[in-house]
Amino acid sequence: MPIYSVYVINRAGGLIYQMDHTQPKTEVEKTFSFPLELTLKIYDERVVVSFGQRDGIKVGHTILGINGEPVRGRQLEDGRDVLEMIANPENYPIAIKFGRPKLSTNERIMLASMFHSLYAIGSQLSPAQKSSGIQVLETDSFKLHCLQTLSGIKLIVLADPKQGGIDALLKKIYEVYSDFALKNPFYSIDMPIRCQLFDDNLKAVLETAERLSMYSSGIN
Amino acid sequence: MTIYNLYIFDRNGVCLYYQEWMREKQPGMSQDEEFKLMYGMIFSIKSFVSRMAPVDFKDGFSSFCTSSYKLHFHETASGLKFVMNTSLNVSSIRDELQHIYSALFVEYVVRNPLCKLSQPINSQLFKTKLDSYIRGLPFFSAKVN
Repeated sequence: MPIYSVYVINRAGGLIYQMDHTQPKTEVEKTFSFPLELTLKIYDERVVVSFGQRDGIKVGHTILGINGEPVRGRQLEDGRDVLEMIANPENYPIAIKFGRPKLSTNERIMLASMFHSLYAIGSQLSPAQKSSGIQVLETDSFKLHCLQTLSGIKLIVLADPKQGGIDALLKKIYEVYSDFALKNPFYSIDMPIRCQLFDDNLKAVLETAERLSMYSSGIN
Repeated sequence: MTIYNLYIFDRNGVCLYYQEWMREKQPGMSQDEEFKLMYGMIFSIKSFVSRMAPVDFKDGFSSFCTSSYKLHFHETASGLKFVMNTSLNVSSIRDELQHIYSALFVEYVVRNPLCKLSQPINSQLFKTKLDSYIRGLPFFSAKVN
């Protein structure tokens, strides 16, 4: 039951800290013969599977490598275009590596500010009195937990749906934030957190939370 | 336990149906604007979740909680979206939303030739059946009328 990642968002919706704790492996490599059984398209400067799920390759996966060479965007590192290579029957058989696209820093900043506004809308559309924003967002593969502190900072943890004790973990992360980021004399508020002590302590807290939940699920 | 309200959207974002049972707080905007905001939020959450997800998933977003209510979401393969707001102590109502789709929406809207798809539902029959189904649910608070 892993904890996937932690985000810290400032009062204005800017991402000031992000860490990936556990990165699940989602890469699949397969050798294809001509013609390719998948439909590919260019999306956001990446080659994405748009139709044809098979052998662990899902719609939405991007091409990460061809014949062992890594792909940057829509091109191989030596400048050859991925779609042209795939369209040419002379290049077959071809080994293509697929996987979930990695989020770039810019995308993460965008997603963080997107969550910031979703949080506000969630509280505005409330049918009940005095609602906060989104605290837990549930999907079938992960859960997002958000704690907004009194000072407006949002701490976000992405974890497995079965992972327990996240409320305590969020409080603990807040403690680490106030101890090692805010008390750092070189840190100016609302700016990105670059502090080794914060990193190390956060990592320790996440590991303890994972161990504790493994221990408690072992009892049941 | 309470059911606050229910929205049904079609794949283009038109609000086909809205009913409220016990809504404590009215939004400070017109109903039309509220539907657009709700659809926009659901749409953004779907795209947010699909990009944020560290692993592959099947159905995607299913619910979110705030400090005072819980929003449940169910989408059919044809893009119909069912959104229901309840109090926090209601656990997953995926089956109930699926029932509203398959036993009420399909039965009394899709099979009714007078109901135009992609337009708000005016059928009194659908309205009555839905209302009685919702009121019969175990987590529908009895003190509301």
